[in-house]
Amino acid sequence: MTALLEVEDLRITFATRSGTSHPVDGVSFSVARGELLALVGESGCGKSLTALALLRLIPPPGQIVPGSAIRLEGTDVLALGAAELRSIRGRRIGMIFQDPMTSLNPVFTVADQISESVRAHQRVSKSAARVRALELLQEVGIPDPVERLDNYPHQMSGGMRQRVMIAIALASEPELLIADEPTTALDVTVQAQILELLDRLRAARGMAILLITHDLGIVAGRADRVAVMYAGRLVEEATTAELFARPSHPYTKGLLASVPRITGAVTRLQPIAGTVPAPTAWPAGCRFHPRCPASLPRCADDDPPALAVGDSHRMRCWLAASGPS
Amino acid sequence: MTGSLWRLLLRALTSPSGRLGAIVIALLTLFVFVAPWLLPDPSAMPDLLAGALPPGAGHPFGTDQLNRDVLSRVVSGGQISLSVAGLAVLLAVTLGALVGGLAGFYGGWLDSALMRLVDGALAIPRLFLLLLLVAVWEQMPLGALVLVLGATGWFATSRIVRGEVLRLRSAEFVLAATALGAGPGRIILRHLLPNVAGPLLVAATLGVGDVILLEAGLSYLGIGVRPPTPSWGSMILDARPLLTTAPWTSIFPGLAIAITVLAVNLFGDALRGALDPRSA
Amino acid sequence: MLTFLVITVLLFILMRLTPGDPLQRLAGDRQVSAEEAAALRQRFGIDQPIATQFRAFVTGALAGDLGVSIEHYPMPVSTLLVSRLPASLLLGGTVLLLTFGFGIALGVLQAVHRGRRLDRWLTRASLTLYAMPSFWLGLVLAWYFGIRLHLLPVAQMHDPLLGADASWLVRVGDVVRHLILPAVTLTAVSIAAVMHYQRTALLEVLRLDFVLAARARGLPERQVLWRHAWRNALFPVVGLFGLWLPILVSGSVFVEQVFNWPGLGHLAADAVSARDYPVILGTAMLVSAQVLLGGVLADLAYYTLDPRVRHA
Repeated sequence: MTALLEVEDLRITFATRSGTSHPVDGVSFSVARGELLALVGESGCGKSLTALALLRLIPPPGQIVPGSAIRLEGTDVLALGAAELRSIRGRRIGMIFQDPMTSLNPVFTVADQISESVRAHQRVSKSAARVRALELLQEVGIPDPVERLDNYPHQMSGGMRQRVMIAIALASEPELLIADEPTTALDVTVQAQILELLDRLRAARGMAILLITHDLGIVAGRADRVAVMYAGRLVEEATTAELFARPSHPYTKGLLASVPRITGAVTRLQPIAGTVPAPTAWPAGCRFHPRCPASLPRCADDDPPALAVGDSHRMRCWLAASGPS
Repeated sequence: MTGSLWRLLLRALTSPSGRLGAIVIALLTLFVFVAPWLLPDPSAMPDLLAGALPPGAGHPFGTDQLNRDVLSRVVSGGQISLSVAGLAVLLAVTLGALVGGLAGFYGGWLDSALMRLVDGALAIPRLFLLLLLVAVWEQMPLGALVLVLGATGWFATSRIVRGEVLRLRSAEFVLAATALGAGPGRIILRHLLPNVAGPLLVAATLGVGDVILLEAGLSYLGIGVRPPTPSWGSMILDARPLLTTAPWTSIFPGLAIAITVLAVNLFGDALRGALDPRSA
Repeated sequence: MLTFLVITVLLFILMRLTPGDPLQRLAGDRQVSAEEAAALRQRFGIDQPIATQFRAFVTGALAGDLGVSIEHYPMPVSTLLVSRLPASLLLGGTVLLLTFGFGIALGVLQAVHRGRRLDRWLTRASLTLYAMPSFWLGLVLAWYFGIRLHLLPVAQMHDPLLGADASWLVRVGDVVRHLILPAVTLTAVSIAAVMHYQRTALLEVLRLDFVLAARARGLPERQVLWRHAWRNALFPVVGLFGLWLPILVSGSVFVEQVFNWPGLGHLAADAVSARDYPVILGTAMLVSAQVLLGGVLADLAYYTLDPRVRHA
């Protein structure tokens, strides 16, 4: 099956006062049609920037380094002109953001903002767009959608605003939805609702989803595949079942161990020692080695490439060369 | 307090426009107060029959209709204008700090009354307040002008100071000082005022530009600095009939005003930027 | 309303506070006979206690009677004010339109080209203009465009030599030509503030998430800039409108004087020279009322433009 989205060796640099920063430094992955890929990592690992790069929304002075490749069903996104780029944004790839309060324009009604999205890519009349907006509000599960149409964002709760954002993103039937930490700003109960909504929409529309999050917990049972990101690179990639059953990279294991669990014996939480390095000064060799409990001598000098660990399971770690742990 | 003020000043000097402003202010002040020793005596008898001469040898800015050297008059006028502005602003800032500090510290009816007063006064354009006050004097002494300029310029400053005092009044270090037995006077002087010194300096600097323009305007209308005391504004008034025949008599005083106010505003902006790094 | 009362009290106190015999001031240099002196005293209520004076003044003012001009005795102050009002409104209105129209447009331009040469030069130019005394700039412009180039008239509101049979269109054109120089002068010295506010506001809004979200939806850049960003960057500029009015009014005093424009500012300036206190007081009150009105308009604008204010 040809992938819907292919990212190859994506690198992003920022010119800062303390030198050049490389927040994304060689990321490669693909998303198949209708698939849900979860991109997991702590804050500062570069996952949001990766998402923005897909739509070429990197804010200056950031730049995508030549040699990176982003292909949407074969089309090179990085080579597109302005008009073609706009036809992809919203139309083939949609995006929802973390904080729904600041991601919605406070001076326009819900109907205005959804209709605007509809009419951005299709020639429809205002009234037709409004009808479509109502349909979308129903689809995302907003109660009393007729009344909500003329509400302003500040009149709605966080969960409802996020649903509105999803509705706006769905307006032009995108094939891929990028969800950048869609539940982080929400209450736990609302989180579950939003994630279920995303699931439902994916099934109903055959839409692929790139779910970006720092929370491994929401990934289990939902994502088809998981990619773990650290220090600007993917360090492990596998199907969800495989990753949770046989986590192989020490960082992934550290992440899983630091997630508090309700079930099971109460043990001490195991944080990962040390702190995330700065993107202006990545450590030499394997980037995780200063914090890694299982580091080998060669980790300080040689940067491991992506090595196979099992069936469609790869990781960047020298432990793979010496056999699974 | 002086320590943080110094740091503020130094930070303001890191911006190129701030540096430019500061340098021009320094040069101007120096020139205006030192130059009279270097220039020909402005009260020396001019050759009245010669009339207004264009800029040339001996008179870099030309002469006015009474054959007085324009450069010398600009310098003397500068002394007056700068002194008036400086003193007036000092008065305004002091009044503003006093009123704002009292209102913020004591609160209650005093605060409400004072702020109502300030609200009302702010709605009246400052110039009209000045016109009312100035119209009284037949011969207005310079000191009265300074007083009037200062008395009309403290309203906005008092609001700023009141805001800061309100903010800090319930801060922990104030509570600590009170717990240690410090009286209101001590608290205001040693703890609250140092924190408003920065915003006060910014308000003062920017206020100087406003006062220079106001004083020049009043002098132009004939009701500010009165002859024979020279002032940039009254020079422009005197030069009106010569507008077509001797334009340099109007141009140089006006340029002097513009350059001074620009320099002061640039430095004031730099100070404001140094005070609040987020506003740029 | 309360503010206005405070203003009235303030102004009244200021006037009565001044030293010297009020009658002396009222009469000025003119010789007054005993009867005239008594009549003046009675007319202006000087021989009555301050409280009575003030009450009389306020009740009179509310009824529209602001006293009588000394210089133009016995013309009522209110008549004088009303006669000058249209010219002031014309000049003031034009200047507001120009200042905010161009100020907003240039401010947006600066924000979009942030940091580049256009941005820096616009800031420098506007700051330089802001530092110039308005009357001086007016004189310079009058000299250059009016006298040197003979392009535009430099005095008054219309050509006194224009025949009574001149068509309506010609009359309007004449007034417009006379309006240009004073309006441009006042706009030039004020525009820096609007430009700066708009630039700053827009730069802040452009950083916000919903602007990024709008781009991510594939909206054209122009729509993102104006419909989404600028619409939210309007608010500080609206606030500035309320703050700016006092300054505009002050500036008009000088510019009207320079160009002999028959407005309230010129009236006030003349009244000061003539020590015509009732007129000065009257203009000050009227002008303050205008300022308060401006503030009310700004509040109304906020209400209309910002749904968050509407539902507060």
